[in-house]
Amino acid sequence: MKRLGLYDPAFEHDACGVGFVARLNGVPTHETIERALAALEHMEHRGAAGADAETGDGAGILIQLPDAFLRDVVGEELPPPGAYGAGVVFLPCDAGRAAELGQLLADAVAAEGQRVVCWRDVPVDPTVPGPTAAGHQPRIRQLVVAAAPGLDQDAFERKLYVIRRLAERAAGPELAIPSLSSRTLVYKGMLTAPQLSRYFADLRDPRLASALALVHSRFSTNTFPSWQLAHPYRLIAHNGEINTLRGNVNWMAARESQLASELFGEDLAKVLPVVQPGGSDTATLDNVLELLVLAGRSLPHAIMMTIPEAYAGRAEVSPELAGFYDYHGCLIEPWDGPAAVAFTDGRVIGATLDRNGLRPGRWLETRDGWVVLASEAGVLDVEPENVLRKGRLQPGKLFLVDLGAGRIVPDEEVKSVVATRRPYREWYEQEVVRLADLPERAPREAPAEPLRLRQLAFGYTQEDTKVLLAPMAAKAEEPIGSMGNDSALAALSDRKPLLYSYFKQLFAQVTNPPIDSIREAIVMSVRASVGSERNLLAETPEHARQLVIDNPILLDAELEALRQVRHDVFRSHTLDTTWPVDAGPDGLERRLDELHADADAALAAGANILILSDRAVGPGRAPIPSLLATASIHHHLVRAGTRLQAGLVVESGEPRSVHSVAVLVGYGAAAVNPYLMLETLAALADDGRLPDGMTAGEAQRRAVKGIAKGLLKTMSKMGISTMPSYCGAQIFEAVGLAPELVERHFTGTASRIGGIGVRTLAEHTLARHARAYPGTAEELLPVVGLFAWRRDAEHHQWNPETIALLQHAVRAGGWETYEQYAAEVNSDAARRSTLRGLLRFRFPGQEIPLEQVEPAAEIVKRFSTGAMSLGSLSREAHETLAVAMNRIGGRSNTGEGGEDPARYHDERRSKIKQVASGRFGVTIDYLANADELQIKMAQGAKPGEGGQLPGHKVDGYIASVRLTTPGVGLISPPPHHDIYSIEDLKQLIHDLRCANPQARISVKLVAEVGVGTVAAGVAKANADHILISGHDGGTGASPLSSILHAGVPWELGLAETQQTLVLNDLRSRVWVQTDGQLKTGRDVVIAALLGADEMGFATAPLVSIGCVMMRACHLNTCPVGIATQDPELRARFHGQPEHVVEFLFFVAEEARRLMARLGVARFEDLVGRVELLEADDAIEHWQERGIDLSALLRPVAGGERRRTRAQEPGLEAQLDGRLLDVTEGEFPIRNVDRTVGALLSHQVTKCHLEVPRRYVFRGSAGQSFGAWLAPGIELTLYGEANDYVGKGLSGGVLAVRPPEGATFPAEENVIVGNTVLYGATSGRAFFRGLAGERFAVRNSGALAVVEGVGDHGCEYMTGGVVVVLGPTGRNFAAGMSGGIAYVLDADGRFRDRCNQELVGLEPLDEADVELLRTLVAEHEQRTGSVVAGRVLEHWDATLSLFVKVFPHDFKRALAAVSSGGEGFVTTETEDEAAA
Amino acid sequence: MGELRGFLRYDRAEAPERDPRERIGDTREFVGTLPLAEVRAQGARCMECGVPFCHSGCPLGNLIPEWNDLVYRDRWREASEQLHRTNNFPEFTSRLCPAPCEAACVLEIREGDAVSIKQIERAIVDRAFEEGWIVPQPAAVRTGRSVAVVGSGPSGLAAAQQLARAGHDVVVFERDEAGGGLVRFGVPDFKIEKWAVERRLAQLEAEGVEFRYGVEVGVDLPADELRARFDAVVLAVGSRVPRDLPVAGRELPGVHYAMEYLYGRNRAVAGTAEPAISAAGKHVVVIGGGDTGADCVGNAHREGAASVTQIELLGEPPAGRPDDLTPWPRWPVKLRISYALKEGGERDFAISTTGLSGNGRVREIHWVGNNGVPPFEPIAGTEESRPADLVLLAMGFVGPEPALLDAFGVERDARGNAAAPRYATSVDGVFAAGDARRGQSLIVWAIDEGRRCARAVDAWLRER
Repeated sequence: MKRLGLYDPAFEHDACGVGFVARLNGVPTHETIERALAALEHMEHRGAAGADAETGDGAGILIQLPDAFLRDVVGEELPPPGAYGAGVVFLPCDAGRAAELGQLLADAVAAEGQRVVCWRDVPVDPTVPGPTAAGHQPRIRQLVVAAAPGLDQDAFERKLYVIRRLAERAAGPELAIPSLSSRTLVYKGMLTAPQLSRYFADLRDPRLASALALVHSRFSTNTFPSWQLAHPYRLIAHNGEINTLRGNVNWMAARESQLASELFGEDLAKVLPVVQPGGSDTATLDNVLELLVLAGRSLPHAIMMTIPEAYAGRAEVSPELAGFYDYHGCLIEPWDGPAAVAFTDGRVIGATLDRNGLRPGRWLETRDGWVVLASEAGVLDVEPENVLRKGRLQPGKLFLVDLGAGRIVPDEEVKSVVATRRPYREWYEQEVVRLADLPERAPREAPAEPLRLRQLAFGYTQEDTKVLLAPMAAKAEEPIGSMGNDSALAALSDRKPLLYSYFKQLFAQVTNPPIDSIREAIVMSVRASVGSERNLLAETPEHARQLVIDNPILLDAELEALRQVRHDVFRSHTLDTTWPVDAGPDGLERRLDELHADADAALAAGANILILSDRAVGPGRAPIPSLLATASIHHHLVRAGTRLQAGLVVESGEPRSVHSVAVLVGYGAAAVNPYLMLETLAALADDGRLPDGMTAGEAQRRAVKGIAKGLLKTMSKMGISTMPSYCGAQIFEAVGLAPELVERHFTGTASRIGGIGVRTLAEHTLARHARAYPGTAEELLPVVGLFAWRRDAEHHQWNPETIALLQHAVRAGGWETYEQYAAEVNSDAARRSTLRGLLRFRFPGQEIPLEQVEPAAEIVKRFSTGAMSLGSLSREAHETLAVAMNRIGGRSNTGEGGEDPARYHDERRSKIKQVASGRFGVTIDYLANADELQIKMAQGAKPGEGGQLPGHKVDGYIASVRLTTPGVGLISPPPHHDIYSIEDLKQLIHDLRCANPQARISVKLVAEVGVGTVAAGVAKANADHILISGHDGGTGASPLSSILHAGVPWELGLAETQQTLVLNDLRSRVWVQTDGQLKTGRDVVIAALLGADEMGFATAPLVSIGCVMMRACHLNTCPVGIATQDPELRARFHGQPEHVVEFLFFVAEEARRLMARLGVARFEDLVGRVELLEADDAIEHWQERGIDLSALLRPVAGGERRRTRAQEPGLEAQLDGRLLDVTEGEFPIRNVDRTVGALLSHQVTKCHLEVPRRYVFRGSAGQSFGAWLAPGIELTLYGEANDYVGKGLSGGVLAVRPPEGATFPAEENVIVGNTVLYGATSGRAFFRGLAGERFAVRNSGALAVVEGVGDHGCEYMTGGVVVVLGPTGRNFAAGMSGGIAYVLDADGRFRDRCNQELVGLEPLDEADVELLRTLVAEHEQRTGSVVAGRVLEHWDATLSLFVKVFPHDFKRALAAVSSGGEGFVTTETEDEAAA
Repeated sequence: MGELRGFLRYDRAEAPERDPRERIGDTREFVGTLPLAEVRAQGARCMECGVPFCHSGCPLGNLIPEWNDLVYRDRWREASEQLHRTNNFPEFTSRLCPAPCEAACVLEIREGDAVSIKQIERAIVDRAFEEGWIVPQPAAVRTGRSVAVVGSGPSGLAAAQQLARAGHDVVVFERDEAGGGLVRFGVPDFKIEKWAVERRLAQLEAEGVEFRYGVEVGVDLPADELRARFDAVVLAVGSRVPRDLPVAGRELPGVHYAMEYLYGRNRAVAGTAEPAISAAGKHVVVIGGGDTGADCVGNAHREGAASVTQIELLGEPPAGRPDDLTPWPRWPVKLRISYALKEGGERDFAISTTGLSGNGRVREIHWVGNNGVPPFEPIAGTEESRPADLVLLAMGFVGPEPALLDAFGVERDARGNAAAPRYATSVDGVFAAGDARRGQSLIVWAIDEGRRCARAVDAWLRER
């Protein structure tokens, strides 16, 4: 599938189930394959099917080259094993073309001196695949190649690789070669898991034997037919996503010119480019690993280089290993992302997990010599007695099975072997230079040019100093704002915004998770290095010659140290990135050309640090926009193949915010010296404008710290943890830049609506320059009104006029006043700031009478209010919205703060109940009482970020609704900890459907490039409803850079979604809603025409009930009582439901009038009729700026344009069906039985089924066992369970214990997976064995006992009690603001593993002891735990080993409650924004 | 942004006024200034709104949140710079403007709670003069272009100052004997003492503005000559044709336009001329309930009138802000008791004057009550007559004097104002600003018009 409209295949994602089976004795058998295929089928639910249910996204298997089988079937004499190879080739159906390409491949074999033995047609059953897949079946043939005499097997493998690359390059995309090796063979296709073995007869053939088998079932966000995108690839199969891909690909391209390998010799040139264009992230990683391995590194070595663990500052990482990682960090940046990668070269097989541990992987070793690893436990039936041990993949750890040695090799051993192959640590220590160690240099003299003039030349404003810089220095973090962004898009602004503003930050949603850069700081790093990189395929001490910088934002003295570095290895060269003003605007482009040449010359002369400096700005010279200079030189050097010879350092007066530094780094800067920002800060300090007499130096250091922190946050939004992988990763979309500009200087960046070119940028720069020169140093900086409306300044859609008119219209002014309001918004505001403002209707000329148009009372039913939580809004405002929406038959949204059960059954209920990452108040009651359950993946104002409700806003009522403690601050994590990938979302949708089969399931996404493919994935994941939010939505508190710079307008996101869904014929199954600054009937009709069935409004209804856009939500001082919990201010609230009703009816009426003119009587007939829109060429300014909306308005064909059918609920097979009829019983269970207990809990809650109910299960439970289990239900599981056990536990009781007959020690083996008890609110849970990562994350009330946990235990917990009777992983209690944990600290190392930012470690008091004893006793009773028995037996002796983890806030709040207070105090601190 | 929660901590403070009984004994200003601490507390109350309605309510677009905050932070000099950025004459406006900014203040949503913006403005400009921060700012570079400004009211002065600072040679032509327009001759000393006007005129002169008093353009100096001598002309002649009262007895002696009386009073106070009209010992009736009427009432008190009555055609407005008609943030049409009535006198609403009578001089006024709304139906049985020795017509102005506009050949709009949508009139090089362009209005509008007109003139000159 090609690019079409806004759809671009580059943004497809995939994820899936992955696994392998291996036989330790290394003897090939067919049983291995059978077992692997069985395991694959049991992961079917992790894959997906498209619009046609029979077409899978892909399934495949990789096995050892089946020597005996091939000898039998090819009918030719084969060379001995190792001296021949076989490949699988996908050829076009057209016989002639297939023959040509086959010949081409055969020619390549011959050209490389090898011999084609024969071709074999792989027998397949073409009737097996679904219709879509069948229509694109390739002709699948196997090619057998004999090695040239005397060639050893490794050399032969290299030859086969060269042959493949030559053929691939020559043939283009028509030819795919899934494998060509003397060691492995791949069978794969666009199939579902069960279809795989039915399709390939070979797989059923008992002669086909292997000692290992790697399998994969794929879930792609899209279903455009592609057979080769199925996994496994040649070396790996992957579950997850590589976030840093764009940068990795650029860097790999840059590396190619330096590649050299003795092993390959001249052949190397034939395989370039290493990365095959158009491949997926997995394919790309596979390409690179393949090269690294064939060039001589072992597979574990290559994996460790590309997916390093978080090793910095960890005592348990040996110095050698840390040295290994440090050293290899100089060779290649991490390929960062949520990844479980299973790999094999046919001799070893293994798997690794990214540093965050964001994908599941469970393994098991049997007594009879089998090892199974899979995304889920229980994919294969193994008798309990046969289990030797069980475990899980751990963050950053390698799991390796060596068939040669016949054993599992422990992580430490593998890594130690690799890390000590060479003296990496010594090499690194010898060669690396740390910036901090360089001799100190005095910063440059401040130039004679007055500060004010230079500020003017760089476009400084009063807001920069007052709103951005002063607060950043004061708080050492980025300032916070609230409400949405209603100012003009950069491309439409009349204020000539800086180039940075045209770049919108991308963020993770659904297919990969963002990271919490604060609470999970252990995985984050801003350390960067500059210098030249060397040949990736070699390793020498000189490879470590890098200059390490701890923080990419350089103070002046640090830059000088760098500039004047007199180290024999480093040489800096400063490039002047200014151009002569008298050369005019065209001079800029010419200067860029000169700079390219200058850079080339500098590199040729041996420079390896290029400093891009605009210090020369003055009356005669204007600064090239620093981002343009940086990106342009970066891409020039990439193209020239010299990029790795030098690091880029930017010395510029322009950057002054987190976003500006982030974009510079994103386009290749290793470090930035924002000298004018530093100078401005110094001036602010000297002028007494910073608090507490802060000195200039202090202000600068604090601001640098603030930016670094913000930079981490910006990286973490995309799930990226380290600077080297963010550098050059281009995680941005350009909005409003000309294609030529982007193509040349920002190569590879999405830019979909065209826009301004270099010349206009130059004109803008010169206009700024003209303000400064000539000018006077006394002149005040301009006021631009970006963060707050100002007259004659940046346009805001919400301004005194529109706010006043709207409020008057709904109170007394009526329709006439509304018309004035709408006219104001539609004609003026929109044209000057939004994309929809540039559109006009194509009225067909035939109106219909207004009476024939659907009444407004029907149209308003399509409206809902935005997700604003109780807590961010006052109770009064929240209920007013709910009442209004119920009265008109629309929907209000709880937001993420839960809902008062008293509201469930009256006019104040919100039909939409949101499920956000914090899961506040998400109980079975809450879920069961919803009409719609909305999974909030992101929020327009701060996509990719979490949030925080400070303790002073959590009063008794808010706390009761959120099921937390008054006065205790609450953190919403950036990701849902049960959604790290698309198949996880599918699982959550299934969970929610079980919890409320009547509710429709909605997924809220935020517009960014690629959201359409994500939406397609969401539709395939069985959601009923997709919300596309614009970037400009509101917030109670968010960092300013996020409000302004993350995400794109809904017009783009919605159109892309509609186009992609229609192309895939998925639109017919889902409703689509959009929101983001919708204000009028015109907005509504445009949204419908672009593809929305429904519309959401948030700010406008708030304005109608009195909001005046104070933007003080984060200060708790809302003077109209809307966004505050202060009782005095809440008393000032005067909004009425009637105001909202009136507003929405006005909007609907305006829409009706447009519909009459469009000749469309029914609203549903508007949906997707994009042909009724066109660009308004009567508006001139945007055309001058080169904006082109044709992609937005592109009609597509494929399927229905609106929803016409329901999704399949898929609940028939639910085990719960059998539980409903009985109140107790025993049942077998396996991993395909997912979400057991939720449907039952729904029935118990809604239909008041009889309790108590007790059930016993035997086997391996599927994911989400016991989710939202209701009070009165007890589940006991003999066996094991997967991820998300006890999710949202709502009062029920869970016990998981090993199977009867098991002989392994329970406390040393994994019994439940990751993210257990996520968002649990009450109930009890007992796990006899180890749990995975993030145990009891966001628990707010459950009591739990477990015998050991992985990393991040009790993260974000706000209530409840957790007892850990064994080891804990790292970062325990991060973000834990409430509840208590008791940890048995047997080895005394708990303190190091606990994140003590929010908690204290204390001895137990009497009440603790009593509680602990009760829980441990119940644990023993319910699970038969040996550990619990021992503890109880030696109670007094063991007691002293327990540590109480007690959050400070919680302790304070409890003390306040016990002393009779309300439990909270109103403090006057600003809200924190986000995690 | 002021002090977090400052608006909950401090109350609004009104400007102190001298006791009415005491102040009518002299002609000095009766409005005082707030103590510094209170001014800063008002600054602390400002919340720096995301949408500052005050800033929009102010016709000048004063950067109110900015300087409120600076005052709170004790940074007076910068406050003065920010204030002067949009307002050439804050010492005029802080005395004379009715403060629509305060009506639009977000705190005023609770009526009566607005930040005392006007007092802050006054404190800033007072402080700036005291400290000597307000000094002439002559242009660094002269353009060699010349502009004539006709009229020295606030609009003409603002235009003149902006143009002079842009480097143009500016001459202001004023038909009266001194500069300032209505600020000098219409507004009484007890609202603004005239040294304040002189002080500002001196600044303009020092910046190079030349003033030619006693020259009536179109009479003393033909329009063509002016156009020939100057590259551009700005007409800032105000809206000075008063609305008349067409009733029997209008022609009687003792019936005057308000402005005749006020001009006389101002000259009398300045000691430059003997007044032709006096209210001393007379029964004074002021027809018209606006500010001009109030100034007549205030002067009459100070002259020792026997009685003062002010009548208004419109009905009595509600006591509080009528949210159905003029909701926040609009200027509320509500009952206000003028300073002058606090000093004494009677007031009546919904009165239609039916005639004036007297024997060679006005002695009585005859009126009837009406229903208070157009077309003001009389209410039978409410006819009344009152003694009236001096009747002052203060019913507003209908437009600029046509003779001058005609002399330049400038087209007029439907209301008789100079038609100049973007400040340029129909005659090339002739511009108009202030009341002459927009009709009678507030001083803040006059200044804003002068500034914007100057920008238009400057751009026009640069393009030539």
